[in-house]
Order: sequence, then C-alpha cells, then structure tokens
Amino acid sequence: MHAINYESPNTVADAVKLLAAHGEQARPLCGGTDLIIQLRAGVRRPSYVVDVKNIQEMRRIEFSMQQGLRLGAAVPCIEIYENSDMRKYYPGLTEAAHLIGSLQIQSRASVGGNLCNGSPAADTTPALIALGAKCRVIGPGGERIVAVEDFCTAPGRTVLQPGELLVEFHIPAPARNSSDAYLRFIPRNEMDIAVVGVGAAVTLDPSDDRISAARIGLGAVGPTPIFAREAAQALVGKRISDETIERAAQLAIAATSPIDDMRGTAEFRRHVTGVLTRRVLAKAIERARAAQTSR
Amino acid sequence: MAKKVVVEANINGEPIEFLCEPRQSLLEVLRDVLELTGSKEGCLTGDCGACTVIVNGRPLCSCLMLGVEAQGKTIQTVEGLAAPDRLHVLQQKFLEHASLQCGICTPGFLMSAKALLDRNPKPTEAEIRYALAGNLCRCTGYDKIVRAVADAAQTLASGQQPAGHLGSGPSATEQTERFLQEQEVK
Repeated sequence: MHAINYESPNTVADAVKLLAAHGEQARPLCGGTDLIIQLRAGVRRPSYVVDVKNIQEMRRIEFSMQQGLRLGAAVPCIEIYENSDMRKYYPGLTEAAHLIGSLQIQSRASVGGNLCNGSPAADTTPALIALGAKCRVIGPGGERIVAVEDFCTAPGRTVLQPGELLVEFHIPAPARNSSDAYLRFIPRNEMDIAVVGVGAAVTLDPSDDRISAARIGLGAVGPTPIFAREAAQALVGKRISDETIERAAQLAIAATSPIDDMRGTAEFRRHVTGVLTRRVLAKAIERARAAQTSR
Repeated sequence: MAKKVVVEANINGEPIEFLCEPRQSLLEVLRDVLELTGSKEGCLTGDCGACTVIVNGRPLCSCLMLGVEAQGKTIQTVEGLAAPDRLHVLQQKFLEHASLQCGICTPGFLMSAKALLDRNPKPTEAEIRYALAGNLCRCTGYDKIVRAVADAAQTLASGQQPAGHLGSGPSATEQTERFLQEQEVK
C-alpha cells in the first residue's frame, strides 16, 4: 500500500474541514472493508484517510414513532441487527445488513460505507430505497439532503463532492400497517455478491386489503441501484392479488438494464428480478399484516 | 513516507505501545512490528479469515483494519489463548478431533470460535457453522472443526476445564443467532 496520512476527528465539522482541505486527495474511512482493499490494489490512491468512526453523531441509531429513524452512516452492520428497534420496525434493512459478508465483515462494514462505495450490487441500498431513506450530507458549503436513489451516479461514483461527508440516514417511521423486506439471489446460501437484490416496503389499507403505498429498490441490475418507481406505483390503490403483484414484477423487470458478467447473464438477471420482486412483495405484505396486530 | 504514529492498545491483556506507519494493516503490525506471527496472512481481501483477531469483543479481519485504528482498543490474538501451562480448551479440542492439517487457517478459526463461545456458550451446530462462515479451510474440511468447537462448548459448559486465561466478553453472536432464529420462524 502507498503511504497515507491518517486522521481520526471526533466531530463532523473537523472531518469536513480535513476532507475539504485535501479535496480529491482525501477519502473517508469507515469499516475499511472496501477502502482498504482498494488502497492495497491501488484502485484508489488518496494521500489522506479520514477515519469517521470516532464521530459519535455518525455512530448512533435513534428511533421514535414520532421522528422515525436517524441511522448514523458509520454504524456497523452488526449493531444494526443487534438493535431491537431495527429488527422490529425495519426488518428488510436489517436483513440486508445481516447478509453482507461474514461476521468479521459485519463487525466493521457500515450501511453508509456500503452506499458511498457506489457498487450497484450493494445489499443495503435497495432496502434503503424501499424505505424512502434520505441522506444527510454535510460539506464545506453546508448541508444538503439527497434521496438514496439519487446518490449513486455510476459504478463506484456518487453525488458526493470533494469535502462532502455522508453523516446519517433519515428514514420515516413505519406506518401502522407497513413493513419491508429484502431478498437477494446468490448461487449459494451465504457470503457472496448479489446477482440480483430486491427491496420492498408496503403500507396496507386494512379496511379493504388494498396497498396504500409501496416502494421497490433493485440492486445489481443496472449501473446504479434502481428505484423502480412505476412498479411501486402500479401497486398503489390496488387490492392484493397475484395479478397485482405480477404486474409490479413485470414493471420492475422493465426498470432494469442489466449486463452479462461472471455472476449471471442479463437475461437471467431480468428473470430473477421478476421472481424476487414477487417474493419480496409477498414477504413485505405478510410482515405488514403481522405488524397491524403487533404494533 | 508518512510519519510513524504512536499507538496504545491492550493486546492479550497487556497494555502495549507501538510505532507504525498509517498504511500498515493491523495484521502487518501484529506480525512485523510486534512479532505476533500467529495471525496468518491469507487473501488480504477479507474473504478467508486466516487473520481473524478479536477487537473490543468482535471478530474481524486484521488485514482490513489499519494498525493506527487500534488506538485505545482491546485486542485478542491466538497468542493469548493458551495459559502458560495449558492449552485453551478450543486448542485442545482441535488437537483431539484432528481439526487441522496445514494449520494456516487454524488461528483464525480459533479466534472466530472463541468470539462465538464468549457470547454464546451453548451454540447449536447451525450457530457454529454460521459463526465460522468467514473462515476458509482448504485441507481438513469443516466437519472436524465444527465437532471440535461443539465439544469445546460442551466441555466448558460442564465446567470440566477452564477456558484459558482470557476473560469472556459480552454477547453479540447470541443476538445474531436469535435474529436468525426469528427469521427462520417467519
């Protein structure tokens, strides 16, 4: 690995100051499960690495039914699935965090880092998109809010400008009759990169078994994670039925632009997008029905 | 070359101060600076688990952590497992079950297994396999390793043998397993 300088600020303001001072030469470090590999391979060559794990604001999980969730960008995956609010109110995002790598990786890797790495196959990103998560970004020019679906611009690239830091995610409190789910396809049971990943969140109208709101996020089927807007929209106001779900699955497939690679062909990815969309919607609906009685 | 940095950490129960370059991984620091060569270098990408150590109670790949990040941390490596006069029960059971051939993966497996048993003293076979999923063995195969860990857990639970001289930490794996079970129930 080339020589680097290491800084470990305790506040967002200090981190932004360091990142802004060194511009393109600086890179935030969180769990390091992507960055340290990239440094070693020479894929990224920053001269300054700014460790953000000692910034308390970026390490918190704060949830209330009034305010919703503030999830620090530097919270490691293991702390997400150890958190009872996360498991209860955001099971889809929780299972996505739980799918990433081994325990060794989950002890370090964060949802914020997963997004900032900019991989189209990031497991937590479709789950965040499904939940309507917003990113709080702070830079030398102040603060801005970016929807997760607008965050990635190309493989490995994001909207973050030099000096900007992803500090936390804001996620709305779940409605009484809502829930989420995430499923991915890999050719084995554990420890692989998604061939396709689909996240969904649904809100039900309990009076007549209709879907009153829905969001679907797709991973590994385009150059960036995808918000399948039309697919989700097709569910709204519809009674839950096989036809309704099939229609959403077809629209989800239409939203993809997959490639052939060693993990699967474009044709296979389109097919699996349909299969997973059906399954993940069924799972989210089942959980939302259960939430009606348990919350 | 960037300036060397002074780092203070607790390693295997001893407060230690070391000098390292920011570009050095914790694994390089352990092996090349502190001469703790038990942790092995395998893939250097976090896939094989041969470099697994326990930091503040969590198992992680020391090849994916910088040495400078160790500041203020409590680190356990395979060198800290055995007491001066006896092997840790996990080491003893690995021997009894012939859970190793070439041995390169063994320190990582031992540390992952220790992290598991510290947090979940009575793991099921599925829980053991899950906790060891981040460690690869290319010669013995996993069955004997899983049996050794199960046997070690049983021995510890029956109080026949003390664990070794490192204390037990609080439980993350326990909660992981609970989460997994909840998912299965659903």
